[in-house]
Amino acid sequence: MTINELQEDIITTFDFFGDWMEKYEYIIDLGKNLELIDPQYKTDDYLIKGCQSKVWLHAGVDNSGKVVFTADSDAVITKGIIALLTQVLSHHTPAEVAQADLYFIDKIGLKEHLSPTRSNGLLSMVKQMKLYGLALSAKAAEPEK
Amino acid sequence: MPKDQVIASIDFEKVRADFPLLRRNIKGKPLVFLDSAASSQKPEVVIRALNTYYEQTNANVHRGVYQLSQEATDAFEMGRKKVQAFINARHEHEVIFVRGTTEGINLVAASFGKKFFREGDEILISAMEHHSNIVPWQLIAEQTGAVLKVIPVTDSGELDMEAFDTLLHERTKIVAVTHVSNTLGTINPVKTIIGKAHQMGIPVLIDGAQAIPHMEIDVQELDADFYTFSGHKVFGPTGIGILYGKEKWLEEMPPYHGGGEMIKTVTFAKTTYAELPHKFEAGTPDISGAIGLGAAIDYVNSIGRAAIAAYEHELLVYGTQRMLEIPGVRIIGTASEKASVISFLLEGTHPFDVGTLLDQMGIAVRTGHHCTQPLMDLFEIPGTVRASFAMYNNTEDIDRLVAAVRKAATMLI
Ligand SMILES: Cc1ncc(COP(=O)(O)O)c(C=O)c1O
Repeated sequence: MTINELQEDIITTFDFFGDWMEKYEYIIDLGKNLELIDPQYKTDDYLIKGCQSKVWLHAGVDNSGKVVFTADSDAVITKGIIALLTQVLSHHTPAEVAQADLYFIDKIGLKEHLSPTRSNGLLSMVKQMKLYGLALSAKAAEPEK
Repeated sequence: MPKDQVIASIDFEKVRADFPLLRRNIKGKPLVFLDSAASSQKPEVVIRALNTYYEQTNANVHRGVYQLSQEATDAFEMGRKKVQAFINARHEHEVIFVRGTTEGINLVAASFGKKFFREGDEILISAMEHHSNIVPWQLIAEQTGAVLKVIPVTDSGELDMEAFDTLLHERTKIVAVTHVSNTLGTINPVKTIIGKAHQMGIPVLIDGAQAIPHMEIDVQELDADFYTFSGHKVFGPTGIGILYGKEKWLEEMPPYHGGGEMIKTVTFAKTTYAELPHKFEAGTPDISGAIGLGAAIDYVNSIGRAAIAAYEHELLVYGTQRMLEIPGVRIIGTASEKASVISFLLEGTHPFDVGTLLDQMGIAVRTGHHCTQPLMDLFEIPGTVRASFAMYNNTEDIDRLVAAVRKAATMLI
């Protein structure tokens, strides 16, 4: 699926929720079940500083040249949103990641979590994910040495 | 005092109705505002004072010969007189208008430090200070070679006074401590601290940001050398604050900012400075802020600070008891003397998660390190959830907080 198809999927899922509680219960669930980040990446080198909750992010590339993000946070709601973001952005080419327009966050009513005043590290995380996309696509464009 | 008497001494319904913002709904629910320690809401009289100033009196102060400027100057200076009476300063000119606590401390650190600190001198602060009572001292320490010393904090969140006794010595040039901890609520024994420091001839700055809304402050009785606070935490506007300083120190200290208002004569060869308080008030001041702060002081006086303190204490006792009924709640800061602040953790959860869910339920609390990172490190926690109560809160607000925390617990754990 493309990045936008994945976003549409999430928007459809969230449309089913009756109230904020169901929505957050779902996010918390995603957070609790987020695939663990390899402990070697849960270090300060991979830490994105948010004033309130911390986010660790690692970007790798699989055999077919697609980006694979793994991430973690010390706050479970942040983790749940991380799960959504990695779900959308993982397994695409670096160029696709770099150019992605992440509109689903707004559509599912979580925009506030990406506001710079929220200081939960998520906004920086999105920026960092795209930067990884840029860096990796530049690298892919380099001629083989 | 018997409980009924205390509750009766503040007309809660009237107080609540005086604050227009508290009528708001947030996320479809009536707002429960429990973040007054960050900034209090404003009563209608303060809002009206600001409006009236701009509608009828606005002009620059201390400069015009025309009537409007005179009226603005009088209103502005009336603000200073009200502050003087509010904190019982000996002289009007010991009351300096600044932007807030942060600027007050920066002013003293930069000016007092420049004049008096030498290599190896010590600045004594505490482990529970707000960043604004840490960083300004670090800045001047870097410039002068002075060093920062820190009074430790006990597990209950009180200053280790034995350690204080040993930390205080000839090299100490100033003691700077908070009156009330914004994170823990602890009321520190500042009078004792000042007394001990003075025995050794050491001046003391008190960060009064969290004390001023909750208790009677008498700077002469405390014998504080400097006392600073923010208007916005005592129901006044943002952008205005107070630095009280004893005349003898303010006279000796060099100016902090240069500009208009603060000079007597200017030539390119030499400038002489204006008298106090203007020496420390360069540029056009926050005129409306000073007037608004004056209105806030009138408002607080109309309710009575003793009544406010007693009422808030009731809320603290009730809130503490109710919060501790919730399984997994741990209160950070259990000093015997506390202002109406409850910082807590819910076992197995991150403060950010709890705060996010409380927000969904229309409850405004603060989460995080509350600008006291060293203190959080000391307790080895990432932060806390902080509920702080003001006179416009009641037990119903606390009940809604408790219900919301219980709900958050079921969702998160
Ligand atoms: C204890 C304490 N000191 C200083 C400050 C800084 O006050 P302001 O930001 O108004 O300058 C605060 C405000 O959060 C505080 O709680």
